[in-house]
Amino acid sequence: MPNMSPKKVPMPEQNPNERIKNFLEVALGYTEEMAVEEAQRCLQCKHRPCVSGCPVNVKIPDFIKLVAEGKFQEAYEKIKETNSLPAVCGRVCPQENQCEKVCVRGKKGESVGIGRLERFVADWYINNVDSKPDVPKKNDKRVAIIGSGPASLACAGDLAKMGYNITIFEAFHEPGGVLVYGIPEFRLPKSIVKKEIDSLKDMGVEIKTNMVIGKVFSIDELLAEGYDAVFIGSGAGLPKFLGIPGENLNGVYSANEFLTRVNLMKAYKFPEYDTPVYIGKNVAVVGGGNVAMDAARSAKRLGAENVYIIYRRSKEEMPARLEEVNHAKEEGIIFNFLENPTKIIGTDDGWIKGIECIKMELGEPDSTGRRRPVPKEGTEHIIDVDSVIIAIGQGPNSLISSSTKELKTKEWGGIATDENTGATSKKGVFAGGDIVTGAATVIMAMGAGKKAAEAIDNYLKNNN
Amino acid sequence: MFKIVNKRILNSQVKLMDIYAPHIAKKAEPGQFIILRINEKGERVPLTIADFDREKGTVTIIFQEVGKTTKELGSLNEGDTILDFAGPLGIPSKLDNVKKAAVIGGGLGTAIAYPQAKKLNFLGAEVHAIIGFRNKELIILEEEMKAVSNKLFVTTDDGSNGTKGFATDILKKLIEEGNEYNLVIAIGPLVMMKAISELTRPYNIKTIVSMNPIMIDGTGMCGGCRVTVGGEIKFACVDGPDFDGHKVDFDEAIRRQSMYKKHEAEVVKKHQCKLGGGSDA
Repeated sequence: MPNMSPKKVPMPEQNPNERIKNFLEVALGYTEEMAVEEAQRCLQCKHRPCVSGCPVNVKIPDFIKLVAEGKFQEAYEKIKETNSLPAVCGRVCPQENQCEKVCVRGKKGESVGIGRLERFVADWYINNVDSKPDVPKKNDKRVAIIGSGPASLACAGDLAKMGYNITIFEAFHEPGGVLVYGIPEFRLPKSIVKKEIDSLKDMGVEIKTNMVIGKVFSIDELLAEGYDAVFIGSGAGLPKFLGIPGENLNGVYSANEFLTRVNLMKAYKFPEYDTPVYIGKNVAVVGGGNVAMDAARSAKRLGAENVYIIYRRSKEEMPARLEEVNHAKEEGIIFNFLENPTKIIGTDDGWIKGIECIKMELGEPDSTGRRRPVPKEGTEHIIDVDSVIIAIGQGPNSLISSSTKELKTKEWGGIATDENTGATSKKGVFAGGDIVTGAATVIMAMGAGKKAAEAIDNYLKNNN
Repeated sequence: MFKIVNKRILNSQVKLMDIYAPHIAKKAEPGQFIILRINEKGERVPLTIADFDREKGTVTIIFQEVGKTTKELGSLNEGDTILDFAGPLGIPSKLDNVKKAAVIGGGLGTAIAYPQAKKLNFLGAEVHAIIGFRNKELIILEEEMKAVSNKLFVTTDDGSNGTKGFATDILKKLIEEGNEYNLVIAIGPLVMMKAISELTRPYNIKTIVSMNPIMIDGTGMCGGCRVTVGGEIKFACVDGPDFDGHKVDFDEAIRRQSMYKKHEAEVVKKHQCKLGGGSDA
């Protein structure tokens, strides 16, 4: 008999007044009892809309059934058949737009907490099972993977399972891409990311850090050196700036720089760690996506008193996850909707003292279908801030495309690929994730990595 | 892990190290840099590639002990290792088709100017090198510079080596004497690069400066190193570090460099406590 409660079993969370003083994870996760109770809400329906709602098609009802029966290890193995990073996905996927959006239980009441259950299973496995996965039998083919973010990790995991010899080349000193430099500790503990990556290493995936491809080796050199195929998953890491006066004042950060300092370099532990970060008393974060939420909530935890989100559209158009917006509100982040910065005002010695904004109203829908914000003349006003963090999106880095012959790019600089296979214009070279789509989600990138792994397998089987 | 295979003390504050990193040595060109991190808790610090040996697989770095990281690096010895060493980063200097060049190094900037002078010399250009230091004690790479230039001028601010004055004074004199340079390369403190650029502007001599802003990743993904050049924002790590000195907004760059002064003082203080006193070693 399924559990017919219309609501999800709530997940314990750190109290907002406490958590703004630390970088520990906000959501604490289910206990075994909570997980079993929530798993019993799944109706095990035959048409399984949730599975098609998942970009990597996790066999959701099957793993949930195993959770309901208390078979947590089997549940983990079921998820791992299609998802290399369940502890990550269970935490950062926007399930409300994916698997949980189409869950039958969501029609009357709340959908099944699929993400929470996936997270529970992955955490349970990490805490309770010590055995290492079997190293798959290797074939004689080598694949080079550029970048070690979600697209690359998914691609590497799948190809390793098929027996390919995988080498990942990462420019930073630590693998994980946005999972380590972008998403903060309080949403995704770095120890979890490390464990997930270690499990790939245990499967024989080699990771070379400090390797800036395009500089130290070109793609052509990798192919010449004996790699049979290459996957490019280098992401969209190039920060966009507003192009307004005052943007180079001291105290203005791109969200990428701010978050890299805080997350990857652990500047929140300065001076125990050597990398500093500057944060003022009053902080303006410009933008309305997840990156803006992460930056604002990090600023609060670094001791800022007032943190403003300045977003040019209204709440409804915000691309950030609802859960994160709610978390931000609970933590006292102030939302200034329908406002756009016009200039950043500095002191005589070059530090920020304010940000001038203009009020906006929504006009006709633009090409993305969202109503275009239009400035309301004469509504300029100044907000007193001493830090500004720009989080208005990222573009693709051209290090790889500019150093690789025959690689076609799109107008905005992303790599052009075949939609179904991820194949680029260059033979044997595939690409996926943000470098192809522009900044999107972790799970979309993983989906692209999986698809490319399949295509690389086909290519290598038919090409020799 | 990257092994220190050679260490040389150039003066009381400046040290040279050859690091074994064959893949970087193979690709490195003058004007490029590396980013290193000494250990797990360390910061990422950019240092210019001062030289490289493709056969031996080594990359030479020269650094001045100014903060915690450089002091810590200076305390390492031959055989010790550095955790992370990434490169070569940035765009190589464009040195082709130069007939006559003046290469100016200010202080530690001499270490960065050296590979440029060496390459220009190798390409057959007439090289006039001017290297300037605060005092005699701080002079570095005099012999090396001499070997790759047609004329070498060594100045000290206090005249302790005999030639009192600034590099700008010498360059001004050389230009006034009728030397027609196609290219001036100025590398050193921002104020010095600014002064050289202002000096050459009225003569319309192409002047290249090497910017050294604060960096984190060095691959173009954070914009921490942004500089305004000709009114546009450029990232020194991917668009530079070489830029047209007549277009760089030096005042902004000077201001941005001071952003972490307080933090730097704090971390140096803590480091010295750990060493057991205010030792400068």
